[in-house]
Amino acid sequence: VIDVFQGDLHKAGMKPLTFVRQVLAACVYPPLINSSNLPLDARQRTQEELGRCVGGSVGEGNVCGLMTWKKMKMLVVQDPQGGAEKTHRTQLSLLCDNYYFCGFGPWLRTQALLNREASPRTGVLIPVPCHNKTVLSIMQLGAVAVPYYLSEEQGWALQVEELQRALESAKGVCNPVALYIINPGNPAGIYSSQCGDQVIRFAWEKRLFLLVDEVYQDCVYGENCEFVSYKRTLSEMGPPFSGTVELASFHSVSKSFSGEYVCGLRAGYVELVNLDPAVMKYIHTLFSKDSCETVLGQIALDLMMDPPKPGDPSYLLYKQEIEQIRTVLVHNVKRVHEVVNSLPGFSCSPIEGGLFAFPRLHLTPKAIQKAKVTAEMQEDPDTFYCTRLLEEGGVFTGPGWEYGQKEGTYHIRFCIAVPQDVMEELLRRLSSFHMTFMKDFS
Amino acid sequence: MSQQAVNGVSHRGRVLTLDSMNPNVKRVEYAVRGPIVQRAVQLEKELKEGVKKPFTEVIKANIGDAHAMGQKPITFFRQVLALCSYPALLEDSKFPEDAKQRARRILEACGGHSIGAYSASQGIECIRQDVAHYIEKRDGGIPSNPDNIYLSTGASDAIVTILKLLVCGEGRDRTGVMISIPQYPLYSAALADLGAVQINYYLDEDNCWSLNITELRRALSAAREHCNPRVLCIINPGNPTGQVQSRQCIEDVIRFAKEEHLFLMADEVYQDNVYAEGCQFHSFKKVLFEMGPEYSNTVEMASFHSTSKCYMGECGFRGGYMEVINLDPEVKAQLIKLVSVRLCPPVPGQALLDLVVNPPQPDEPSYATFMKERTAVLSALAEKARLTEQIFNTVPGITCNPVQGAMYTFPRVTLPQKAIDKAKELGLVPDMFYCMRLLDEEGICLVPGSGFGQREGTYHFRMTILPPTEKLKVVLQKIQEFQLRFTQEFS
Repeated sequence: VIDVFQGDLHKAGMKPLTFVRQVLAACVYPPLINSSNLPLDARQRTQEELGRCVGGSVGEGNVCGLMTWKKMKMLVVQDPQGGAEKTHRTQLSLLCDNYYFCGFGPWLRTQALLNREASPRTGVLIPVPCHNKTVLSIMQLGAVAVPYYLSEEQGWALQVEELQRALESAKGVCNPVALYIINPGNPAGIYSSQCGDQVIRFAWEKRLFLLVDEVYQDCVYGENCEFVSYKRTLSEMGPPFSGTVELASFHSVSKSFSGEYVCGLRAGYVELVNLDPAVMKYIHTLFSKDSCETVLGQIALDLMMDPPKPGDPSYLLYKQEIEQIRTVLVHNVKRVHEVVNSLPGFSCSPIEGGLFAFPRLHLTPKAIQKAKVTAEMQEDPDTFYCTRLLEEGGVFTGPGWEYGQKEGTYHIRFCIAVPQDVMEELLRRLSSFHMTFMKDFS
Repeated sequence: MSQQAVNGVSHRGRVLTLDSMNPNVKRVEYAVRGPIVQRAVQLEKELKEGVKKPFTEVIKANIGDAHAMGQKPITFFRQVLALCSYPALLEDSKFPEDAKQRARRILEACGGHSIGAYSASQGIECIRQDVAHYIEKRDGGIPSNPDNIYLSTGASDAIVTILKLLVCGEGRDRTGVMISIPQYPLYSAALADLGAVQINYYLDEDNCWSLNITELRRALSAAREHCNPRVLCIINPGNPTGQVQSRQCIEDVIRFAKEEHLFLMADEVYQDNVYAEGCQFHSFKKVLFEMGPEYSNTVEMASFHSTSKCYMGECGFRGGYMEVINLDPEVKAQLIKLVSVRLCPPVPGQALLDLVVNPPQPDEPSYATFMKERTAVLSALAEKARLTEQIFNTVPGITCNPVQGAMYTFPRVTLPQKAIDKAKELGLVPDMFYCMRLLDEEGICLVPGSGFGQREGTYHFRMTILPPTEKLKVVLQKIQEFQLRFTQEFS
């Protein structure tokens, strides 16, 4: 079975980055620092990382700010400087207290924002389609998810008019306080800085807290696409926005390919901008009671932000491995786009970012009806399609309804980060299955 | 500072303010990393900057972080984890064969043979099976079902997850959770966060912090007036008190839970940390089953363990598990759903847990070193426990119960009335005042008893027994000197 249900590269067979694994292994077992089997820079790096642990061990629990200073520097460096904005951006990024490591992604930390006892209930605007854990998490926190639809015709673009409509729809139902954005999207979409500009303006006007999930920031493929962080857009917009819009942006090692796609390490961080200092005090308590994220995860994050440089012994291999991954991904998104669009009743927007394809199934009403009747449990056509695809084609994908889609449309989602030969096999099976399916249910 | 504020324009209202914030968050406090630690960090910063202080280092005896205090990791565990992190090392002859075998087995069970892959939300299956075997062996053969084992991110994650399932209801029907006073503040923080009702039952300081059924009954009936008590939490061995419950006591608690229809949460993370003569760890599960089917078929329970304590001290790996007993199958389905939202516990932590429950056996090459290291850690802790109790009891104004187990001492300190008054003047709880002064004067960071709960009018502090023996002796002496000075100053 080709399992492309989740965005887990290692499970799919992509190889981890040698340098990262060497450093992690040596951090775990420090006698390796003296091993000639490891390159010098890996050994030196290990010493640096261990040097930041009080007792020199990755087994100690450490308060959420251990790696903070270095992170700060790296992030400022990565943010291209620009004239008068420089100072402002520096102010925003050098406040150490504003970075927190979080292992579980955004939702478990947004409990400060979501007031379970509020009446009317707190609402969060979320994109459709969206990562399927999102709605569950929001509900768990006692809030209401208010969907806004990304425009499939425009390559899953976010349109401010749609945000407006969503906000209107919330009237009388809940009190929206936050706008959740996934950039690049999961399962689809990547936003331009223009769009970011409009979104920030919208958030400012409507008094919404911006929650921006940027874990896929390294996965950008489109020719004219560039990842622009919301924080950067915010600071470049200058006052009054840059000093007032409350923003929380998230990044993680699970989806970064200059990191290691180490989902299993569960490491990420959140940057908080323009939050009320009084509130920050409580957020700090929340983070400290929930105990730190794994030290290995924090180290992986550090390696992600500060990889080998030209001249370092590990640089060439590192660069080669990264390039390899990138080549595979760029190749895969092209192939998926080609193949899916060549099949009848199947279409796919160009995949410009993220780790998934979210192609659309075009089924005639007759086909839909027939499928519903055939389906054992009368499930929707996309679920039916995915179940059949798994059973007959041996490809494990996710049905569109799990991520949300416009009423009456059907999609499937699958991860595109698999080795090239696996992707070819996947596409072969998918094509063959699809043709049969379309014939049977025309 | 926003441009507007700089310009003197009134600040446009924020979305997230103290008023609009989730009110439960305001109720959350976590003393172990609270204000006193923040002060300690501040002092460390100042020391680094060269500011002169009456001490050269801040000794953080506040948190149960063994490695930060110099405890060495277990070689075998780290070897296997290194092999798992960088499998190319499997070719390195410097690693023993038994370590390689275990690494291969773990990698085999991981997606893509990598610890970088997500695992199943409940945890890697073969590891859950190993945990179940470990429990069976530990409990004299009483069966353990791997389906009832949920791997977690440290024990804290599992504890909060279960509480989430248990807390419900409004007003008088709101779930009440019984916790021991003194308690480990994760519980009070989690209850505050979830908006549950905290029901305090007091441990008996005059009797070695033992648990008293009469006191449980008192707390329960009082609580029934204003909430719906459904849960009883026990930490055994205890934190911060270190008491190891007798078998009889555990039976009494189980009986009580059954009579009063309470869900039992048994926090057993310190199960290997038992030092006192005549004390022994009895797992709640074992006792439950030995009490016969009337109890073992009905009492609902969750027990918790972790890789952060005992002889491993690997807090940074966030490894742990819980075993649930007699959980309603439909609730189990909800539990699976809950844990799936956070995807999976860190895989290195799961791997480490596997080694803890499946350590080197007598016939394996790494056995001798492993036992040596394990014994060294545990016997050092036992010695420090004894030393601490002995020394504190010689200090006038400080009384200390025997540290039977765990990693802490929770001595009682008698504060002169003048000191209490002074504290009030400064708006500080008296033991916080005491601890802050100790920190400022001697650079020793402890946690005031108020962070754990204590009987009204009594004051305590919690100190870990983790610093290396020589350093611990120095710490004890400094506290002694401080205590004398303090008492004199406020006499």
